[in-house]
Amino acid sequence: MESVKSSSFNSRMGRRLKSKSPQDFILELFVYVFLIVVTVATIYPFLNVLAISFNDSVDTVRGGITIWPREFTFRNYDLIFTFGGLITGFKISVLRTVIGTVAGLFSGSMLAYTLSRSDFRARRFISTFLAITMYVSGGLIPGFILMKNLHLIDTFAVYILPGLVSAFNVFVIRSFIDGLPYALQESAKLDGANDFTIYWRVILPLCKPALATVALFLAVGQWNSWFDTYLFNGSNESLTTLQYELMKILQSTTTTATNSQDAANMAQRMQQVSPESVKMAITIIVTVPILVVYPFLQKYFVKGMTLGAVKS
Amino acid sequence: MKTVTSNAENAYKLPKRHAWKVFRNQQYLYYMSIPFVLWVFVFQYLPLWGWTMAFQKYKPGLGFLDQKWVGLEHFSVLFGDEHFYQVLRNTLAMSLMGLIAGFIVPVVFALLLNEVRVQVMKRFVQTVSYLPHFVSWVVAAGIVTKMLSTDGGVVNDILMNLHLIDKPLQFMAEGNLFWGIVTGADIWKETGWSAIIYLAAISGIGPELYEAARVDGASRLQQMWHITLPGIRPTIIVLLIMSIGHLLGTGFEKQFLLGNHLVIDYSEVLDLYALNYGLAMGRYSFGTAINIFNSVISLLLLFAANGIFKRFTNESIM
Repeated sequence: MESVKSSSFNSRMGRRLKSKSPQDFILELFVYVFLIVVTVATIYPFLNVLAISFNDSVDTVRGGITIWPREFTFRNYDLIFTFGGLITGFKISVLRTVIGTVAGLFSGSMLAYTLSRSDFRARRFISTFLAITMYVSGGLIPGFILMKNLHLIDTFAVYILPGLVSAFNVFVIRSFIDGLPYALQESAKLDGANDFTIYWRVILPLCKPALATVALFLAVGQWNSWFDTYLFNGSNESLTTLQYELMKILQSTTTTATNSQDAANMAQRMQQVSPESVKMAITIIVTVPILVVYPFLQKYFVKGMTLGAVKS
Repeated sequence: MKTVTSNAENAYKLPKRHAWKVFRNQQYLYYMSIPFVLWVFVFQYLPLWGWTMAFQKYKPGLGFLDQKWVGLEHFSVLFGDEHFYQVLRNTLAMSLMGLIAGFIVPVVFALLLNEVRVQVMKRFVQTVSYLPHFVSWVVAAGIVTKMLSTDGGVVNDILMNLHLIDKPLQFMAEGNLFWGIVTGADIWKETGWSAIIYLAAISGIGPELYEAARVDGASRLQQMWHITLPGIRPTIIVLLIMSIGHLLGTGFEKQFLLGNHLVIDYSEVLDLYALNYGLAMGRYSFGTAINIFNSVISLLLLFAANGIFKRFTNESIM
């Protein structure tokens, strides 16, 4: 509340000052022009892609589409959904996002709770043990060999298991729990609750803002990842993800020499369609789920980012 | 308490019994954390054990003791490879450009956004600025390629209309433009997101400082320079140290997705080198040697940066 008040005070002050000093007026002008340019540069590519995806594919070849389709059509989207690989990809992507997010939230918050307990003997050790993983990693090839030895290649589990415990997420949740009053836990303890019950009944319900942040990080990470598919499951058609399918389509047409089977397959299915519009339509399908969600979680992740940065 | 310490026998026994009691009292905390510690051990620490591969002639399927040890052979092959130096140059160049841009641009963006007094606009600009962070690099690379394309790419259109160029530039085919494209794509994607922390730090600066400055007749620009910027200095330094630690770990997704065979001399970075010349060829040991080189340099940089800043500014992350 206080910050709102002070900012409106600032704005009144600002306006009064603006009318006074030409120097401040120039600064203000520069700020607004700069930010408008930046905003347009950020948002224009998305609007452009959106417009092309809804534009008649033959007409698109003529070029000159900006942010509004010239000949509106749904055909590009209709065509995508006749392509089997994308349907499977969509299912796998949704599945890994849901399972990965739920599993990651559960494990991250549980570990975070134990680390928030200042009386927990192993706390220091585990914190350090986790923090090290933020700076040292085995690298690509040792990781690959490990997955191979654990027989995780060509499995769905390889999307979920390796990233289950993320140090950053644990620290974000822990800093949030640290801010909760300890008296709540104490009174539950006096009622005879064990530590797991306290975590489950007392801490988890209070942690919703932190959990929302971490859920967003996990979900976006899962939805957007394509390299694990490329590395571990690239040859297994029933396990490829949407991002990976998009990557193949985008890459195969930029380097026409190495036309993969799928691109050829797709070109056949979409005979008189310019790949441009279809590519853009797939891009939109892949992007929209995230764009719909993130503005609503904004107030949570802004807080979460700040917490995480302070702690780590 | 007094009687316990005065009794020699009890004093001897007490710590042990006490430790056990604490352990029993905290048993649930152990149940709730040990499985994940083991998890982290398996998925994060075991790969470090895999570093031994770099000193062996690793053959999949053989047990650890049956592998043939070759000492530093793979490293000498690596350092003797001319291609390695090109890859290293690319990695360092793109990392350094990314570091400088990723350090300056978000600070400037946050400072300027903070000067906006119209709350609706401030919020709108900020929400839009996060947007590219949430799309994958696959999508971002697709968009960048589209914007830079020769037929209908908006960048070429603008440059043509301004008469800066006569014919569309083949952005994606020019090797010496590649580093700039990667850095530009990074700025486009991550500036808004990185600015979050700076904006939070700015909002923590006490308004009385600004009031005092105004009374003294400071202009807005002077307030930015003398109050806002010093106010977020600790945040800037901590983030700078962390990004120096991740200098070589800036990833390879951008290079993988934006690169093509025309610009490979400029786009190949250490991880891609390990991927193409190690993993793809089954040379696991050689690839691991590359990964180790990458990790060790990163750690050294982190400690060096931390040490330097600790000495000169008293800011440190460790």
